[in-house]
Amino acid sequence: MADTLAPTDADGLADAVRWAVAGEQPLEVIAGGSKRDFGRPVQSAATLSLAAFNGIVDYQPSELVLTAKAATPLATIEAAIRAERQMLAFEPADYAPLLGTNDSATLGGALACNLSGPRRIKAGAARDHFLGVHAVSGRGERFKAGGRVVKNVTGYDVCKLLAGSYGTLALMHEVTVKVLPAPERTRTVLVYGLELAAAMEALGAALGSAHEVSGAAHMPAEVAACSAVSYVAGAGASVSAVRVEGFPASVEARCEALRELLGRFGAVEELHSKNSATLWREIRDVRAFAGDSGPLWRLSVPPASGAAAATRVADAADVRTLFDWGGGLVWLAVDGAEDAGEAAVREAVAAVGGHATLVRADAPIRSARAVFQPQAAGLAALTERIKRAFDPAGVLNPGRMHAGV
Amino acid sequence: MPEPDAGVISQRQSLVAALRKLLPEDCVIDDERGLRPFECDGLSAYRSLPMVVVLPRDTQEVSRVLALCHERGVKIVPRGAGTGLSGGALPLADGVTVGFGKLNRVLEIDTANRCAVVQPGVANLAISTAVSPYGFYYAPDPSSQIACSIGGNVAENSGGVHCLKYGLTTNNLLGVELVLMDGEVLRLGGKQFDAEGYDLLGVVTGSEGLLGVVTEVTVRLLPKPATVRALLLGFPDNASAGACVGEIIAAGIIPAGLEMMDKPAIEAAESFCQPGYPMDVAAILICELDGPEVEVDELVALVGDLARKSGATTIRASTSEEERERFWLGRKSAFGAAGRMAPDYYVMDGTIPRARLPEVLTRIGELSREYDLPVANVFHAGDGNLHPLIMYDSSIPGALQRTEEMGSEILKLCVEVGGVLTGEHGVGVEKRDLMGTMFSEDDLKQQQRIKCAFDPDQLLNPGKVFPTLHRCAELGQMHVHRGETPFPDLPRF
Ligand SMILES: Cc1cc2nc3c(=O)[nH]c(=O)nc-3n(C[C@H](O)[C@H](O)[C@@H](O)COP(=O)(O)OP(=O)(O)OC[C@H]3O[C@@H](n4cnc5c(N)ncnc54)[C@H](O)[C@@H]3O)c2cc1C
Ligand SMILES: Cc1cc2nc3c(=O)[nH]c(=O)nc-3n(C[C@H](O)[C@H](O)[C@H](O)COP(=O)(O)OP(=O)(O)OC[C@H]3O[C@@H](n4cnc5c(N)ncnc54)[C@H](O)[C@@H]3O)c2cc1C
Repeated sequence: MADTLAPTDADGLADAVRWAVAGEQPLEVIAGGSKRDFGRPVQSAATLSLAAFNGIVDYQPSELVLTAKAATPLATIEAAIRAERQMLAFEPADYAPLLGTNDSATLGGALACNLSGPRRIKAGAARDHFLGVHAVSGRGERFKAGGRVVKNVTGYDVCKLLAGSYGTLALMHEVTVKVLPAPERTRTVLVYGLELAAAMEALGAALGSAHEVSGAAHMPAEVAACSAVSYVAGAGASVSAVRVEGFPASVEARCEALRELLGRFGAVEELHSKNSATLWREIRDVRAFAGDSGPLWRLSVPPASGAAAATRVADAADVRTLFDWGGGLVWLAVDGAEDAGEAAVREAVAAVGGHATLVRADAPIRSARAVFQPQAAGLAALTERIKRAFDPAGVLNPGRMHAGV
Repeated sequence: MPEPDAGVISQRQSLVAALRKLLPEDCVIDDERGLRPFECDGLSAYRSLPMVVVLPRDTQEVSRVLALCHERGVKIVPRGAGTGLSGGALPLADGVTVGFGKLNRVLEIDTANRCAVVQPGVANLAISTAVSPYGFYYAPDPSSQIACSIGGNVAENSGGVHCLKYGLTTNNLLGVELVLMDGEVLRLGGKQFDAEGYDLLGVVTGSEGLLGVVTEVTVRLLPKPATVRALLLGFPDNASAGACVGEIIAAGIIPAGLEMMDKPAIEAAESFCQPGYPMDVAAILICELDGPEVEVDELVALVGDLARKSGATTIRASTSEEERERFWLGRKSAFGAAGRMAPDYYVMDGTIPRARLPEVLTRIGELSREYDLPVANVFHAGDGNLHPLIMYDSSIPGALQRTEEMGSEILKLCVEVGGVLTGEHGVGVEKRDLMGTMFSEDDLKQQQRIKCAFDPDQLLNPGKVFPTLHRCAELGQMHVHRGETPFPDLPRF
């Protein structure tokens, strides 16, 4: 790596991009570096570190908004808002253990990858909490979009576009996000020993109920066995988990009602707040698959088709699976397949709809294969036009998402 | 608006003939009587007859119409139910208005995936009605929900009283089918939770019909809540009502709805439909709570306590559906009530940080006296979205202009206190020329480059949202300092 640029203010950031454009020097953009190995390896001449953009700029708990420099560690943000009994409702994950890095995740990084935890099904994704941004485009121009209020339709919703763009469109240096009151209490209802189909039916019943479920996951026996929560690890069978959060009396009542609803499917047990926090952190961070470095796929599919997609892949390759989002998010660790299971995964997703991302694999595999879902011609062409609209010279993380984008 | 293109208008006959080859007779409207109902949207101060109106019956027809117009360089204006309040569907004299009245079917109710697939012309409320037998509803509920179309909701990213807890349209969509100006049909999203690649669905939502034509929408459905109750709270002044809103949020409560009305709005509502609001107060809050019965009962009591501590003089909690609906009656008919108070009224739509409410209301009061135009304020207090209703008489020369001037002053004030020009009604033609108060030239150019990626010839709904039209070629140019100073001062390590 020839150079690492480390601008300290927004104008410096713009200069760095103009330098890259002028010298035709593509940049690899990093903030905390925790998800550096997520996506295709970037073909870059220099590294641009955003690390200097660190610190909370403005936090007003009563307005439910927080503005911070983009590379502020998530840990810093979470400590500050926890003190006000608030939270980032999209439950950003910590993938450092999964990806084998020990760098720290930042707020900007969480938004740039639009990665959301189990509460996605109720509270929305990272993109749904992203209100405003100050950034530098691949043209080396500073711009802002959105605002500091929750309700805003003034101009295009550029924040949505930057969420999930993996640093390929613009360098965000200051972001504003929505925060929400943290729940006072959490209960998780566990159902033991369900077969896949029955588990999905149980999760569906919970999600279709009026009990405001904020997490719905299924752990096959081998995944459940990895948990640090004894009620889960000791099951010796698959465990399906349904979470409710909020005011104590309401949580107890909904927990009771869900125990009854889910008791029809199998033996039930409940987790209290502390155990719930441990379990859902494990699910959020996919800890069950953190021990090894083999290929790991993330499938986003219609929830009712999650089981079918996983079964199709399992017919063709050796896999371990974890289901979140009521079946809508399927994690597949593929063991011993020559193509990292790509053919089977793409075929399964084509059959049920949705898309798949190769979250973890050795770099040679990630350069050789489509890490993100290959797009239909029309969508791919529009994607390229969007890329050019922000980064015509292709200097920001070139090739990270797709070859050429 | 952009100057109508005389060349295009002179080709009208041949265009109509070509459109009639694509669509049946009754789907192409070109006579004045037929065109008249399309001349304006909810911002009725602006009117213009479209050159032609077409009413396609499926995606293929939309695609063919757009491809034809693209080939001929003819502009397109999409139009849903025409309830928009910012002139987004205002026709162009040299443009074809595409209506979705014939695309009005619910295509699929998928309870297993908790979503519904609908055509763009389906009314917002019709979705909830269709899925109600299965125990679900569609959360965003603009006050215009009986009439407004889901396609229009997507284009405007519409809100409603329940978006405080459940989000705006953008937070409740899973996918759309989109036709680009050249006729290409794309699918963005699906029934899964998140986008593949760039979140194009996110940027299309709220794009006011400038990026593509929405021909199918997949919406997320929510299970109906077990219990719903509302509180009606009366306060001696705006400041204590505003403070109470802050107390409720600080207590960790996100109500399903939290609405405020000021004295003129209360009086207008009371004389219009007699909801039984207290008349000895300066402001009321309506706070709705939904969820499990134990939670709702607990929070109703808690909010009542907080209101008392904030100085509320009236505290009523609904004990029946009928009573809850009566609390809402006055708020829901606020626009109609304003219409009864004066020959005309103008609805504003800015958002402010909640804490600035008392000061903003005071300054709106001052503006009202200065311009000698009465104002009633209804307010989505929970999320800071303000709707001042300015009452005027358009038969008095200059009255509309003064009203608009005063409206601009209010919106500038919103931006000044850290808010934005529009919370849910969109920029359209109405707030187009105010965009510069919020955005720099570079900010706006970057937004227009997104437009160019979707519609490089800028034929789709031009003249809306952006104060200055730049050609896409010009926007794409980049000045490169090749060979000049190699930025020696860049910090490195
Ligand atoms: C009799 C008993 C039963 C327990 N059962 C479970 C269990 O089923 N699952 C689990 O994860 N942990 C259980 N525990 C362990 C214990 O609740 C946690 O380890 C404790 O640290 C809870 O902290 P929290 O923040 O999670 O509690 P919170 O979830 O915040 O609950 C607040 C308090 O209320 C108590 N409480 C609420 N509901 C019940 C209930 N139904 N039964 C007993 N105590 C309750 C909790 O113990 C806790 O102290 C039990 C403990 C005892 C003494
Ligand atoms: C009494 C009243 C109350 C209202 N209350 C609210 C409220 O509470 N919250 C709120 O947010 N709004 C409210 N509105 C505003 C309005 O109802 C919304 O903006 C609504 O979403 C517009 O839908 P429509 O079908 O009428 O769209 P139209 O007015 O026909 O069009 C609006 C915009 O959408 C574009 N468009 C329409 N259909 C499509 C399509 N299929 N593809 C691409 N572009 C399309 C048009 O070009 C235009 O730019 C209210 C309006 C009225 C009159």
